[in-house]
Amino acid sequence: MSVPEEHRGSLWNVLTNVGVAIGGAIGLNALLRTLRGQPEATPLLKPPLAGPAEHTPREEIVEAVVAERQHSYLDDGYTVRSWLLSTDHKRIAILYMLTITLFFFIGGIAATIIRLQLVTPQGGLVQTATYNRMFTIHGIIMVWFFLIPAVPAVLGNFLLPLMIGARDLAFPKINLLSWYLFVFGGLFTTAAVIGGGVDTGWTMYAPYSSLYSNSQVLAAAAGIFITGFSTIATGVNFIVTTHTMRAPGLTWFRLPLFVWTIYATALIMVLATPVLAITLLLIFAERVLGIGVFNPAQGGDPLLFQHLFWFYSHPAVYIMILPGMGIVSEIIPCFARKKLFSYTTVAIATFGIAGIGFLVWGHHMFVAGESMYASLLFSILSFLVAIPSAIKVFNWTATLYKGSIRFQTPMLYALGFIGLFTVGGLTGLMLASLAVDVSLHDTYFVIAHFHFIMVGGMVMAYLGGIHYWWPKISGRMYPELWGKLAALTIFIGFVLTFLPQFVLGHLGMPRRYFHYPPEFQALNILSTAGASILGVGYILPLFYLLWSLRHGEKAPANPWNATGLEWQTASPPPKHNFDATPIVTEGPYNYQPEESERDNRSSEESERDVSATPGR
Amino acid sequence: MTSAPRLVGEQFDDLEQQQEACSLGMWVFLCTEILLFGGLFLSYAVYRHAYPQAFHDASHDAEYWIGTSNTAVLLISSLWMALSVHCARTGRRKLLLLFLALTLIFGLAFLGLKGLEYYLDYKKNEVPGINLPVTDAFSRQKEMFWTLYFFMTGLHAFHLTIGCGLVALILILAWRTGYNAKHYAPVEVTGLYWHFIDIVWVFLYPLIYLPGRH
Repeated sequence: MSVPEEHRGSLWNVLTNVGVAIGGAIGLNALLRTLRGQPEATPLLKPPLAGPAEHTPREEIVEAVVAERQHSYLDDGYTVRSWLLSTDHKRIAILYMLTITLFFFIGGIAATIIRLQLVTPQGGLVQTATYNRMFTIHGIIMVWFFLIPAVPAVLGNFLLPLMIGARDLAFPKINLLSWYLFVFGGLFTTAAVIGGGVDTGWTMYAPYSSLYSNSQVLAAAAGIFITGFSTIATGVNFIVTTHTMRAPGLTWFRLPLFVWTIYATALIMVLATPVLAITLLLIFAERVLGIGVFNPAQGGDPLLFQHLFWFYSHPAVYIMILPGMGIVSEIIPCFARKKLFSYTTVAIATFGIAGIGFLVWGHHMFVAGESMYASLLFSILSFLVAIPSAIKVFNWTATLYKGSIRFQTPMLYALGFIGLFTVGGLTGLMLASLAVDVSLHDTYFVIAHFHFIMVGGMVMAYLGGIHYWWPKISGRMYPELWGKLAALTIFIGFVLTFLPQFVLGHLGMPRRYFHYPPEFQALNILSTAGASILGVGYILPLFYLLWSLRHGEKAPANPWNATGLEWQTASPPPKHNFDATPIVTEGPYNYQPEESERDNRSSEESERDVSATPGR
Repeated sequence: MTSAPRLVGEQFDDLEQQQEACSLGMWVFLCTEILLFGGLFLSYAVYRHAYPQAFHDASHDAEYWIGTSNTAVLLISSLWMALSVHCARTGRRKLLLLFLALTLIFGLAFLGLKGLEYYLDYKKNEVPGINLPVTDAFSRQKEMFWTLYFFMTGLHAFHLTIGCGLVALILILAWRTGYNAKHYAPVEVTGLYWHFIDIVWVFLYPLIYLPGRH
């Protein structure tokens, strides 16, 4: 009896309950409960259970445990309903986490098929049409249903109110609505790209997508359109929350950088996403009514589509990478035990990237017939983005200097991020050079470049953040050895997958092609081998993080001895985050390297008595 | 008069903070709306620049008298809305109900006139994709005007329909509970949205009806 009691409030329950609800298989839940030795009597769709504690002989002890555990947000109801209708930002973050993990693996399967196809020059695994559908699935799912929501909707949702000392986001119901929009749009698009198939690539260039493509473009675009509103709702919520709900004393320049980046990301979300929405509407109209806003045969201009599309999609790249930079800015000072080097410039550089990011979209159209003068301007502006990005990289590196560095899993991801992001950023400058781009445009060089940013940067940062805040989210520690192993596997797998693609692109292998000349085979095999290692690296955390929900060590309130308000409340936090509104008296990242030894000792001490002190 | 059980959401400290959050939320949302319409305004700018003569001629065929009347109707409705917000803030319930009702009536009048205009456009064979005759390159260019006309006014009318729904909702709430100096955020937020729709029309009107009139 004691085992299920102990795990009552754990994420394990969440996963069984919510997973089962979404799958609609209540019997499976019963099976899982039976496997865990818990009586079937536990209600799944009834009001929150009062707890079997009342029936046990050791009533008072268990009651005390329950009272303490009730404090956590995970204990605020165990029913499916209490999750699916919850307006608690922390629960919605978990819902997002489960959803985007599912999408990540759908996109991953498509990538696996692409890589397997490219093992031989002739292909042969799938047909040409299927291959086009595979890279479209991979692109659409990964961009809109994993990368864009990953950090903002999961970690941003969970952490933003905690980091600013608020009880919740400003509009909790809109937050829940945005998850439903996301799931609805996601299912719509997934059904379209898997069931029907879409062969336009994720960019959906007109007039191919609007007139010629004989596939489910409408349904896929409809899903993306709906999901756009989810993004906008999240963005509005984050902006308003950051403005109006900060704890007393938490001035703008005392905010953790994760909040700065989430805020900048939210600005991009609300300003860029509506343009995508209207572009998709125009595509609908072209397909359904036969009008030709983007069709040259009807007096339209296909380049206008590209302008509108990239006006959204280039800033969207910064939606993906900026929050990752925020995570790295949290992890590096904590594991170097040193104040972040020049906090203010990193904060301002965040806005520099977000702002200039809106002015560079034309660099996607250097060879598409854009005016030469426009190209010149866009090229120069693209080079300018490198300045704030480099400021960040230098500041992180300078933070490490003379720090007291601990190589725990989050730190491994953060260091991986710095290296891979730098490579991705510098190759971006090559692509932003007008003459070089003519040769490299639409080759694997471009693929490798943005995967270094998206996967090497953003996914590494996301995983680093998941590990860093896992104790706070789940109340359990992840197994450190496995964490390090997975981080290294992912790093090695990633580099092996995408470094050869730079060479392939330089040699002239075009992206999205089904066949290739035999002399490219060796590099393609290397890339596929790397992808297999990468796949193993991604599956590992799935297992050991799930394992840790039941068997992981219980996490203290502040396992890393980190600064920041989120570490001042219990792990996992109570429903309203703080027992009393915290008051902030100093800036972030007040770490002292020389004190790190003492810090380590005190964190061990606090580990012992943390279960009794949930609050500050 | 205030009988709502709980006015302050549990995430807020007080009404003032809630009011500020709601107002800011609407402002940010209106920014997204500007960008949404922005895509269409950009398309309009591109094609009017490319086909000035076709836009001039097509615009000449637009029902300018309905467009002009509608401009007046919508601007006056914004006055009623502004007065509604003022009455909500000062707690004058009867005037608030009156002005909200007037706002709603003027909004619906706009939609009615717009419907009539679409009907006349249809009668004159000006609906692209349905009955607009396309014979040569020049008629293609005119088609672009009509495409953008229906897209832009249609999206505007869709927003106005939502606006009318919101005003109706606020009217019911005001009738049931009333608003006062401390609690009038819903009226103010609806007012912001209403004025935004009005402003979009102020830009649409000259772009659609005036190119052919000089």
